[in-house]
Amino acid sequence: MEFPIYLDNNSTTPMDPRVLEAMLPYFNEKFGNAASRNHSFGWTAEEAVDYAREQVARLVGSTSKEIIFTSGATEANNLAIKGAYEMYGSRGNHIITVSTEHKAVLDACKNIEKKGGSVTYLTPNEDGLINLSDLEAAITDKTILITVMYGNNEIGVVQDIKGISAIAKKNGILFHSDATQAAGKIPVDVMADGIDLMSFTAHKMYGPKGVGALYVRRKNPRVKVTSQMDGGGHERGMRSGTLNVPGIVGFGKACELCQNEMADEAARLSVLRDKLEKELLTIEEAYVNGNVAHRLPHVANISFKFVEGEGLMMGTKDIAVSSGSACTSASLEPSYVLKSLGLDDELAHSSLRFGLGRFTTDEEVDFAINHVKEAVHKLREMSPLWEMFKEGIDLKTIEWAEH
Amino acid sequence: MAYSEKVIDHYQNPRNIGTLDKEAKTVGTGLVGAPECGDVMRLQIDVDEATGIIKDAKFKTFGCGSAIASSSLATEWLKGKSVDAAMEIDNMDIVEELALPPVKIHCSVLAEDAIKMAINDYRLKQGLEPITDDKKHY
Repeated sequence: MEFPIYLDNNSTTPMDPRVLEAMLPYFNEKFGNAASRNHSFGWTAEEAVDYAREQVARLVGSTSKEIIFTSGATEANNLAIKGAYEMYGSRGNHIITVSTEHKAVLDACKNIEKKGGSVTYLTPNEDGLINLSDLEAAITDKTILITVMYGNNEIGVVQDIKGISAIAKKNGILFHSDATQAAGKIPVDVMADGIDLMSFTAHKMYGPKGVGALYVRRKNPRVKVTSQMDGGGHERGMRSGTLNVPGIVGFGKACELCQNEMADEAARLSVLRDKLEKELLTIEEAYVNGNVAHRLPHVANISFKFVEGEGLMMGTKDIAVSSGSACTSASLEPSYVLKSLGLDDELAHSSLRFGLGRFTTDEEVDFAINHVKEAVHKLREMSPLWEMFKEGIDLKTIEWAEH
Repeated sequence: MAYSEKVIDHYQNPRNIGTLDKEAKTVGTGLVGAPECGDVMRLQIDVDEATGIIKDAKFKTFGCGSAIASSSLATEWLKGKSVDAAMEIDNMDIVEELALPPVKIHCSVLAEDAIKMAINDYRLKQGLEPITDDKKHY
């Protein structure tokens, strides 16, 4: 085993060696610009992009004409939200989203509000799922877009996408989904799921960083987004800029591998994840965050009450995970996702997120289980809150001398 | 985030973890911070009434590595000091000793507050006035 053991695949994934192999020729051998129409360097690059576009489209059930390449999911989210807002401005200026979305969606929505648009941020239930009735109630005659992520990056919760898209369709509203964590991990099909715009990226599925895609529906209805990056009209006028050919080739290969291996991988990883979770839940006052039934197969977000997340990560330095603790975020605020679920402070500051992946082994999970158990135990010995809990004191009754 | 070696050392080998009897007249307890901030420190001192020297100090902390190290270091410094000298401990001394980055300075402030609160708790038990601190924290 190599240390630290990487269990943070929600943050990024190691590139699959087969992806790297596919990309290499496009750096200094077949290095042409895919938009160079007049010579074989360009044609070779264009061909590689076309092929990759097919591979990407196939993974999500779309056609190649509907895939717009971007620099990643953040850009795709921005393009979807700002692009739809600008394109459909005559129809309305209201967007509905959820408070647990990724910052790329939330900050793009804030930008819309600055421009004079209005945004409704739905609050999910305690388990992270939104109420479809809340969604319906939020719709107005000015609503032009609903954006709800497919799988949550912190807690792994998978929303009722079909239910949401049915409501969107019924009301003639476009539905965008940030599928960054879900694509390549679980079956995502824009046709079956009724999605009009969808963001996803290569580096979450064992591909390179710096390349992603926005799926833009062409039929029933035909959707367009106003470009946010101008200069040459690439990608059907929706995203200008020389294509990242090696990145795109890698993205395509990564999608193909996921398509072939996804089902087996999900089955294997959910067994490992369930084992990890079951063992860690034997620790007293340990809680899973998010709905356990509707969840990505490789994610576990667990809070260890009365122990602080960053301190816990320091004690588990042989594994690489992430925490919803304030100390680990630049702003000293605890995870807004966990707070949206209504988590108490002792739990919001105390979480660890485990993201298993293609290269995670049984041995590594066994090691992680023991490693975390030891660290939690050690930190509890050091925790005044744990001591008070054990004495039967209700922490909510204490008046804290904050500063 | 890269921790300084001293912070890591205090984390791996914390000094003086434990609990003193908070009802005892010679024990002063300081409990600072709040769960919602992600930092709670409890610092306790046991004072020799005759000499005014702190003969024992214990801590427990819910917080990040820097918070744990700050409070652990505080207990090390408190032992053997007079109560008056302990009042002079400044958070920037802790920052320097542990090489805390700017984003972790508040951990040292919390430790200083805990020390002062523990001292004042002891003073109140001894029938003395608590010492108020007008110092600005940067």
